[in-house]
Amino acid sequence: MCQTCGCGDPEIVPVELSERILAGNERTARHNREHFEEHGVLAVNLMGSPGSGKTAVLEATARALSGRRRLAAIVGDLETDRDAERLRRAGIPAAAITTGTACHLDARMVHHALHGLDWEALDLLVIENVGNLVCPAVYDLGQAANVVALSVTEGEDKPLKYPVMFRTADLVLLTKMDLLPYLSDIRVAAIQDALARVMPEPALIPFSARSGLGMDEWVRWLERRAATPATLLQGACARAGE
Amino acid sequence: MHEYSIVQALIDRVEAEARARQARAVHAVTVRIGALSGVEPELLASAYGLCREGTLCGGADLTVERAEARWACPACDCPIAAGEVLRCPACGVAARLLGGDEIILERIEMEVA
Repeated sequence: MCQTCGCGDPEIVPVELSERILAGNERTARHNREHFEEHGVLAVNLMGSPGSGKTAVLEATARALSGRRRLAAIVGDLETDRDAERLRRAGIPAAAITTGTACHLDARMVHHALHGLDWEALDLLVIENVGNLVCPAVYDLGQAANVVALSVTEGEDKPLKYPVMFRTADLVLLTKMDLLPYLSDIRVAAIQDALARVMPEPALIPFSARSGLGMDEWVRWLERRAATPATLLQGACARAGE
Repeated sequence: MHEYSIVQALIDRVEAEARARQARAVHAVTVRIGALSGVEPELLASAYGLCREGTLCGGADLTVERAEARWACPACDCPIAAGEVLRCPACGVAARLLGGDEIILERIEMEVA
């Protein structure tokens, strides 16, 4: 009842919350991150457009790390588990998440998928997100690092058009570099300039799963990240809590 | 389009708050969305319009406040405009985002008995 005059009218009260709407997802992501930290697993969220070469990056990475590091993948797609099958053929244990209509993975889906993998024994878990340059960037999964696969065929200005994705990236793999000689209008310097305008600490590795270009640098980047999980984790948690 | 999943989380949170306070109705919901949050205010509003049916938000208007992206040098505090290279021209330090990535439920107006 109205407290002012007792007239019997209902009272309308404002409730100030200032709460993050995705707080529920962020709680689950923290839980995943604790799991990964506890078991010394480097979790990487690999994002990029459909066809940017995410699965090919993983296949080539598995060949490069073979016998040195234990790698597995969680693969998100709207339909089919073709990518997971592709990865299994390449010798990578892989769990598929079929999202139906959802355009991204969230922390709960990743947590659920962990039950299908012997993940505690891993060195590196790559979460291959749904092919999409927008939505996946919004959801923390508990990863230690975000990597974006950007193919040279996508154009020079992709980072400027999709700043949210590239702002959250720790590393960009510039994929399909073997095609660069056929693309007269694409300059790597222009892509680097675009990245510098959306990514405060731009990091780019020119990469080709076909020729092996950039593989050594990419593996060194992963090894550095894996060697310092505590530091990584602090960085990732700070980002999640921003 | 992830705006539907964000609206679902929003409505769930509003309903939980309204129930906790034994509200008779929810009149208004205000959110703040940053330009670098990855959420489109128009898509969020249309998703809200569809999802609120049959929930405690059925009669609650949604207001979307927008927050611009604000970058600055962490060393000298000088602002760096969106679209510029994100590195302080004076200090050479990587810019820091001060705001613009928010996806925030600011306030709910509800009717209490």
